[in-house]
Amino acid sequence: MLRWLRPSAVAVLVLAALAGCGITVPSDPEGTLDRVSGGMLRAGATHHEPWVVTGVGDPAGDEPALLEEFAATLDAEVEWTVGNEESLVAALERGDLDVVVGGFTDATPWADRAATTVPYTEAPGPDGSPEKHVMLVRMGENRFLVALEEFLLERGDG
Amino acid sequence: MTPRFGRTELPAEAREALRRARRLEWVTIGYLAVTIVAVRLVSKPPTEKYPYGLHRSVGIGHLVAALALLSMGGFLVVDAASGLVTAEHPPIGTMTLFGVTFWAGWAMVAVMALTIPLPIVFGRKKMELAEQLHDKVLYADADMNKADWMTAAGSIVGVLGIGIGWWWADAAAALFISGSILWDGVKNLRAAITDLIDHRARTYDGEETHPVVGRLEELLRGLPWVAEAGARVRGRGARGSTRRRSSCRAGVARRR
Repeated sequence: MLRWLRPSAVAVLVLAALAGCGITVPSDPEGTLDRVSGGMLRAGATHHEPWVVTGVGDPAGDEPALLEEFAATLDAEVEWTVGNEESLVAALERGDLDVVVGGFTDATPWADRAATTVPYTEAPGPDGSPEKHVMLVRMGENRFLVALEEFLLERGDG
Repeated sequence: MTPRFGRTELPAEAREALRRARRLEWVTIGYLAVTIVAVRLVSKPPTEKYPYGLHRSVGIGHLVAALALLSMGGFLVVDAASGLVTAEHPPIGTMTLFGVTFWAGWAMVAVMALTIPLPIVFGRKKMELAEQLHDKVLYADADMNKADWMTAAGSIVGVLGIGIGWWWADAAAALFISGSILWDGVKNLRAAITDLIDHRARTYDGEETHPVVGRLEELLRGLPWVAEAGARVRGRGARGSTRRRSSCRAGVARRR
């Protein structure tokens, strides 16, 4: 047992040392939150009323409004890309987008290719049963994911 | 169907870890069932239909258990390696418990840490008993306990690694641990097969020739009327008395 306690003690010490060097837990492997703060939030939107309404100009609706507000808390501007779900998720995977909205629910089939936020609100779906709504974030950018989730939980009613 | 942990929905990565743990637990249960059945069968007296008794059921149990370890280890190795190759970046978000929102990684670390002590205690006790009883199935079972808590420890290291931004940490830890499970499977499979084809009797961990072989030959050679003697002893995998757990045939040359 001691044989295994020692490496774990070392791991804890290493983590503590890293924390001392200003590494936060969780961190973004690609540094999304740092880049977005005071800069540009690259958001994708796909039409899905009433959550996202695209047309002339920037997307409107509940979710674009939430993202504009989130960006403001980070001192950032939102740069919108409108497209279909597949192209937006692919852009998310490539790292060309930071977040995608489009009335996604926690049952979204894109969960294998994008990180879903915690459900921030519940609304009746087409068959009347409640659906939990989420946004899509680039995989593994956990600090950014946590920042967005904390904002959504504070703002939403989920 | 969304796997749940209590009443809280888990983020995708935690779900994955839970699924992994659940699969391991199923193997453990299947394993226990085999052990219990084998042990019950072994103690049955010989019948007309089974004149040698049912000693070999332990050998079969050992073989099944080894195959379970092997396939589990192989499956997990492939799983972890593919995660590394495709550079999967596991997402871990927040979790809300009793109105407090925090990074879900901490909860995963806490849950994994809770699952560590029991398998260590059980594993060590079983290992001691396996040595005393010369029980190979119990030995493989103790190995399985070791795989259990090592998986949990590895997951903790992996989740903390993800926490500091090393997306590969969990997959790397999983690869390391599944590799050791696979190796245990290979070792146990080898031991089970060599037992079934009557390898010379060995100690419970399959490492050395059982001392009874040397003692037997010494004893025979020590007899005043014996010039030369050799014994062949095979394990029959059963627990209990020495008389029952091995079978021996000795050849002696009479002193003229």
